[in-house]
Amino acid sequence: MTQAALTAQGITVRFGDVEVLSGIDVEIAAGSIHGLIGENGAGKSTLGKVLGGYYQASSGSLAVFGQGVGRWDPPTALAHGVAIMHQELQLVPHLTVAENVFMGLEEHRWGVLYRNEAERLEEVMQSSGLRLDPHALTVELPIADQQKIEILRALAREAQVIIMDEPTSSLSSEEIEQLHRIMAQLREEGRTVIYVSHFLDHVLEVCDRITVLRDGRHVMTESSTGLGRQDLVSAMLGMQRTETLYPPKRKAVSELALSVRNLKGNGVDVEALDIRAGEIMGLIGLVGSGRSEIARAIIGADRATGDIAFLGRRLDHTIRAATEAGIVMVPEDRRRQGLVMSMPVRANIILPHLRRFARFGVMATRRERRRARELIDRFSVRPAIIDGDVSRYSGGNQQKVLLAKWLEGDPKLVILDEPSRGVDVGARETIHAAICELAASGSAVLLISSEIEEVLGLAHRAWLVDRGRLVQEIDPDAVSESEILAALFRHQGLEGVST
Amino acid sequence: MTRAQVLRFLQTYAVLILIVALMVALTILSDSFLTLRNLLNILNQNAPLAIMASAMTLVIIVGGFDLSVGAIFAVGSVTSAWIALHVDPYLGLLLAPLIGLVLGVVNGMVITRLNVHSFLATIATSLIFKGVAIVISDGRLISVRIDSYIWLGRGKFLGVFNSIWIMVTFALILTFLLTRTTFGRRIFSVGGNEEAAILSGIRTHRIKIATFALAGLAAGLASIITTSRVALGQASAGQGMELQAIAAVILGGTSIYGGQGAVWRSLAGVFLLALINNGFNILNADPFFRDLTTGLVILAAIGVSAIGQARR
Ligand SMILES: Nc1ncnc2c1ncn2[C@@H]1O[C@H](COP(=O)(O)OP(=O)(O)OP(=O)(O)O)[C@@H](O)[C@H]1O
Ligand SMILES: [Mg+2]
Repeated sequence: MTQAALTAQGITVRFGDVEVLSGIDVEIAAGSIHGLIGENGAGKSTLGKVLGGYYQASSGSLAVFGQGVGRWDPPTALAHGVAIMHQELQLVPHLTVAENVFMGLEEHRWGVLYRNEAERLEEVMQSSGLRLDPHALTVELPIADQQKIEILRALAREAQVIIMDEPTSSLSSEEIEQLHRIMAQLREEGRTVIYVSHFLDHVLEVCDRITVLRDGRHVMTESSTGLGRQDLVSAMLGMQRTETLYPPKRKAVSELALSVRNLKGNGVDVEALDIRAGEIMGLIGLVGSGRSEIARAIIGADRATGDIAFLGRRLDHTIRAATEAGIVMVPEDRRRQGLVMSMPVRANIILPHLRRFARFGVMATRRERRRARELIDRFSVRPAIIDGDVSRYSGGNQQKVLLAKWLEGDPKLVILDEPSRGVDVGARETIHAAICELAASGSAVLLISSEIEEVLGLAHRAWLVDRGRLVQEIDPDAVSESEILAALFRHQGLEGVST
Repeated sequence: MTRAQVLRFLQTYAVLILIVALMVALTILSDSFLTLRNLLNILNQNAPLAIMASAMTLVIIVGGFDLSVGAIFAVGSVTSAWIALHVDPYLGLLLAPLIGLVLGVVNGMVITRLNVHSFLATIATSLIFKGVAIVISDGRLISVRIDSYIWLGRGKFLGVFNSIWIMVTFALILTFLLTRTTFGRRIFSVGGNEEAAILSGIRTHRIKIATFALAGLAAGLASIITTSRVALGQASAGQGMELQAIAAVILGGTSIYGGQGAVWRSLAGVFLLALINNGFNILNADPFFRDLTTGLVILAAIGVSAIGQARR
């Protein structure tokens, strides 16, 4: 057999009184792509952080290329060629793309920077095929591009072992394939990749071996050949479970809910968009196509001009007006725009609905707790503690809290930007069911997702988006994913010619 | 208790632990420390600062700083004395807090309208307020030896100084606002993640203005206690109190980054600082070492809470 790049023995991690990982034994072969899967909160990120030196194991030992290691922190790990791409992006917002990629690797003479990061980035982008503007400010980029920065950064470090914690959670299928090609290329060069993902098909497709975690325990590590999707699901859940497809679409033709005309601003140029009550409208576009910007313009988060009518009334371009009219948006960036990390789960869930949980401005604590409990159960948030510290929750569980927060109450229009980002197979189904239920109960839904399949499975109608404009309406039941991709590239190409 | 719980306890109650330690030490070192009289005196003397620190807690939780409360205190002091002398003593006591409230609203408007950090905005407004106080008093002391004015700062109710009653009531009201009302919840959310709060439909500007208004009100309230106690309105009153209030809030364990904290913590912070002073007085210690000791005690408080944080 080939040599082991990383060997973990009896890794146990405790936070306070909770044991998050219990005696994990796993061996990662050098020059392989190793999948790491499990439900939300199973301990994948924690294991990744232990391997990358960010967390110290309470007990257990690590060996790198056969050599046991003592002190293991991020600088030491990097020096040994082990780099990690975090699930929650760790970028400095006000630095440029190039500065973020080369952070800690800057070339300098006596501490004076050469400031040649942009040129060096050019090389890394050449060899990987990922493209970004080196001088763009990180904070202004969509999450998908920020994910690409993390990928480029790991590549720039020329690490021997790269731990990728859900690198594809907001990438489009095109970019995911690109990442898979990069991973294969790394393997060619004899480097090792640990790949954490909730997309089981991707894991089965690209990984040589797969490790499954459940509740902080190691369930199995096996070669991916001969394994099927169903095997993985059962191993993750510890029981047999058949996956349901998307819930059936109920066609409810009802009154016009949202009517947008000539909406312009911040890269958005929407001539006309109508959504009826009870209808799920999808927006499909490549990353950077302006999908999220359209959503932000509609709810008044970004400055825009144009006419928005909602349930027959003109709407001002302010968030307040939108919220008061019953429009809510689940933002794509849960950490920056979604959750208040310093408040417990319960307070986050009811934040937009405070008035409903208060009398004369005084909080009705009992009602608040009861409702939080119900929603936590409904979305199976783990740990299921109403006063839980949301900042410590796993990425997928934070996403569930975010969803619960916005689906509470009865919104008239829900804008969902990447609603199932980073959640596991089971939670995904719960979320999809909740979205359909919302529509069935008469809400209008605007669904944005980089997974075309998700939009096709849920939406009644959908628009293709390119450069902030709605370019083509499609019938989700009549087209395939590949046709849509072809159409998107065609639109992009057309635009390129005409401008 | 497990190790983890002990650590959490240490981190949460660092100030209280230090207060207890200091009280035990002072009790052993001096007979005159642990008497009701001395303790009530400490509270009485520090009531104005405690009131200001309580309101400062809300400002810091919402993610701001108010460096102008000392200047608002000065304005309160001279206007209250002037009105008491020339119009009516009771009106003087009543108007100063309201003037403080208005100045606080001014702070809030400047911060939200101009979208500048409160640190900068309140440095500017504090100079302006201070200037106003000097103009009103014409640079002179305003002496108000009127019984119907000085009763507030000197009098007692049920055997306890009025100032202590006011302080306790004010702190309780703020605690209630912060922990039990939608307003309090909004304060925490704005300080914790302003963008998320905006997307949750919270009018963050209003929340900020309201907290700064409360800080102004508190400064006005504190000023009438002091002014009526010393029977003297002066433009130099309240100097440096803004920094003492901020120090007490942070010493108590409220997060300097916003989003976390509690009013009782700030009261504990004020009390801790007051104990050190009191210790020097009753022990007749060399005041030469006062700053040194205060610094060491603050470091100790930070240290205890850091021990609790280390293993996370
Ligand atoms: N710093 C921490 N303190 C306390 N508990 C923590 C901490 N970090 C993680 N946990 C807990 O450990 C468990 C595992 O978390 P982890 O992030 O490893 O899950 P995950 O498998 O990566 O899940 P996801 O798919 O949602 O990303 C969770 O229940 C989480 O709440
Ligand atoms: Mg994770």
